[in-house]
Amino acid sequence: MAMRADNIQSTVSRRTFLAGSVGASLIMGLGVVLPGCSREEAVIELANDAASRSFAPTVWFEIGSDGGILINVAKAEMGQHVGTALARVIADELGADWDDIDIKYVDSDPQWGYMVTGGSWSVFTTFEMLSQAGAAGRTILRDAGASLLGADPADCTVEDSKVAAHGEQVSFAEIVQKGDISRTFSAQELGALPLKPASERRFIGQATQALDIPAKTTGQAVYGIDVELPGMVFAHPLIPPTRYGSTINSIDDAAARQIPGYLQTLVLTDPSEVLQGWAVVIAEDYASAMKAAEAVAVDWEPGPTANVSEADLLAEGAKLVADKSSGVLFVNDGDVAAARADAVTTYSATYTTGTVLHFTLEPANAIVEFIDGRCHIHSGNQWQSLILPILAKSLGLEEADIVIHQYYLGGGFGRRLWGDAMIPAALAAQELGKPVKIVFQRGDDSRFDCVRSPSVQQFDASFDMGGGLTGIEHAAAAGWPSLTMAAFFLGDAVDGNGKYDGFSINGSDHWYTLENHRVRAINNDLAQRTFLPGWLRAVGPGWTGWGVESFMDELAGIAGQDPIEFRLARLDGAGKNTGEVPQSVGGAMRLAAVLRDVRDRSGWGREMPQGEALGVAVCAGQERTMPTWIACVVQVAVDKENKSVKVRKIWQSIDCGTVVHPDGAMAQAEGAILWGLSLALHEGASFVDGQVSQRNLDTYTPLRMADVPELDIVFMDSTEFPTGLGEPPLIPVAPAVGNAIFAASGIRVRDLPIRLA
Amino acid sequence: MIEFELNGESVASASEADTPLLWVVRDELNLKGTKFGCGIAKCGACTVHIDGVATRSCITPVSDVAGRAVTTIEGLATDAGKALQRAWVDEQVPQCGYCQSGQIMQAADLLENNPRPTDEQITAAMNGNLCRCMAYTRIRKAIKVAAGGEGA
Repeated sequence: MAMRADNIQSTVSRRTFLAGSVGASLIMGLGVVLPGCSREEAVIELANDAASRSFAPTVWFEIGSDGGILINVAKAEMGQHVGTALARVIADELGADWDDIDIKYVDSDPQWGYMVTGGSWSVFTTFEMLSQAGAAGRTILRDAGASLLGADPADCTVEDSKVAAHGEQVSFAEIVQKGDISRTFSAQELGALPLKPASERRFIGQATQALDIPAKTTGQAVYGIDVELPGMVFAHPLIPPTRYGSTINSIDDAAARQIPGYLQTLVLTDPSEVLQGWAVVIAEDYASAMKAAEAVAVDWEPGPTANVSEADLLAEGAKLVADKSSGVLFVNDGDVAAARADAVTTYSATYTTGTVLHFTLEPANAIVEFIDGRCHIHSGNQWQSLILPILAKSLGLEEADIVIHQYYLGGGFGRRLWGDAMIPAALAAQELGKPVKIVFQRGDDSRFDCVRSPSVQQFDASFDMGGGLTGIEHAAAAGWPSLTMAAFFLGDAVDGNGKYDGFSINGSDHWYTLENHRVRAINNDLAQRTFLPGWLRAVGPGWTGWGVESFMDELAGIAGQDPIEFRLARLDGAGKNTGEVPQSVGGAMRLAAVLRDVRDRSGWGREMPQGEALGVAVCAGQERTMPTWIACVVQVAVDKENKSVKVRKIWQSIDCGTVVHPDGAMAQAEGAILWGLSLALHEGASFVDGQVSQRNLDTYTPLRMADVPELDIVFMDSTEFPTGLGEPPLIPVAPAVGNAIFAASGIRVRDLPIRLA
Repeated sequence: MIEFELNGESVASASEADTPLLWVVRDELNLKGTKFGCGIAKCGACTVHIDGVATRSCITPVSDVAGRAVTTIEGLATDAGKALQRAWVDEQVPQCGYCQSGQIMQAADLLENNPRPTDEQITAAMNGNLCRCMAYTRIRKAIKVAAGGEGA
């Protein structure tokens, strides 16, 4: 079974909610009370974070005797203001005064359960649980407050951190000071607690400022790279010529020894084999480490992929998609083979995407020290639960002896889902017996990146006598992130012939109703062996959507139909596309609704200036189990003579259900749309001799302020279950640009990044 | 020792003369608000003011600032600078925030020399500052707000 958003959700549910006064505070948490453990013991353990637990608590929030409410956030803050959104969910149900709220980003203690920040999952996977936790807290405070007021709880209101009845009120602070409050709710009781109807919400959907922003305007926000420890030394990576299989023949550091501050060069042996053929320069300060790294000469025996090029990777992909026996089936609706056999005409097209980098502006870094045999790692990270077992293997420690301390992330975009940069610092700190801080220079960060794999997709459509579309076969080949980094994420193919990586095929299972539809997921083994394929913002749909929505446009053209009408005819909400309660209620009809909305708002079909046109594309977010319904129209101007494209305006209509933090949601949409545009027109790397050749901003060129078009983004009013937002608005931009280019010029682009010249 | 003024205080660096100012500021003088991004003066995360002029500290040898005045985000105290920091909060500009010290220092230089910049002038001044989260529309808006040209 693939681990998807709905599974992650279930790992944190079915727990007891428990509240208790400890010292001067009221602690509220979720956990499992084990047999033989009294409620009082559990409360004490809840507060004391005891190591040997009879209660496995997760302290979601605590209320101090001054009324201050501290909410613990187990998600990475990397620009999405997730702490603010999650705190708003709790605070709303709790009946808190927002000014009383403070948030804390927690370390990797097992009490927090499965720790991952990715997949646009954060609000989707925690909304229900946090709402219930807040409601349980409100119930406890209401009952205790009612008792202090001598009122019936049913007559009490809970708002602004106060419980009120009959004109009298008592604050949360007074309740915490006076009340001895210990209560538990079983999972069933939690689930039965009434949540506020949307009309009574005070914070969810209302304007607010993000809690992390002020510190980010004064230089006070602390990122992983800002951490210092007493007695630490600096490490600078010496990265081998291939990701895998390189070995070090010899190291000559004679020149480095002339550099003040240089200490030594360490060859690293990593039992986890994440690092192969690695060494690090150790120096007293980073400037010396940079100089010494230049001066150290390493003679490597390169691994077997030292000659692989971008063209080799794409050629392998093209070979694989053309081979109908390759890969495993991800979708197999109807009978594509029969439709093909009966076809009167057919049409095929192949789309590619090139390598792209994460290029987080904060380069990879980590600071590690050992205290009493425990390894403390300071590093901004998105998926602590994934890297902990790897670190344990590298260091020969138990996972329980490793703690990852969280900081602000200077960009994540999926790069920090994989904490491999921690390993060299940890190995060096273990060997040297002192704290080590590793910082990657930009070129090394790019070489060590887990890039978005180049991809190749082939589509084969079948038509009947009347030109009606009867079937589509879709094959997609790329390197698979989960295959190397998270094999437990692989899903079982529908034909029983093996596994697929949902993160390299999601989006191909779109919401258009097709009688005969088959999707083959194919691993590009050459890519897998040459580099580490990564999860990059919007992940699978970020590139499968390029093929799906470009091909839909081509099919509309063949049918002689308007591209929007052609799509709407297939977004009928029939069969498997009806949707499910609660996360995809309405199904494809909601996608049709945003498509009509963006059609009308963009003035689709209107007269355009010479050389300009509109293009359209849609998407349904990251996964069918968590659809975010988006339709996108892009206006481009194409100069055929100069082979240039100018994007003038982008419209999007977005339905992600309930929006918790509207301005934060808008910021995510703005950023994701421009990411989509940057990947379409501005960014692009290529493998040369087994490594990416564009490693810094002189050759790798993300979108800049001068390239920003007008943005017109609308969120549909909705009180449906909240889905994800950090990634999906990226998905339809590139195909909408490509479709607009075709409409403006007749040039059909099938390769990303788009280069007309 | 290389002596210079940092945020109004006299400081001395014991680093080698060719050490980039960025690392002197961050690691020797321990002001972490100035960030390391690309190391080749193409992202702007390391932008500081040297005698009031926005400068990429990642390629500026510390010897270049001997006897001069360096201002970092922590010491930004001009009216324009303060107005920008307020506008950055009001317009909710930062996402990950890593580039924003540099963005604000670059924008402060712009407004010091051109209190009411046009869109084209803002683009020309800010195009060298990469925002990887791509919060560009808000950066532009906040500069206008700080300049009193929009929403003020």
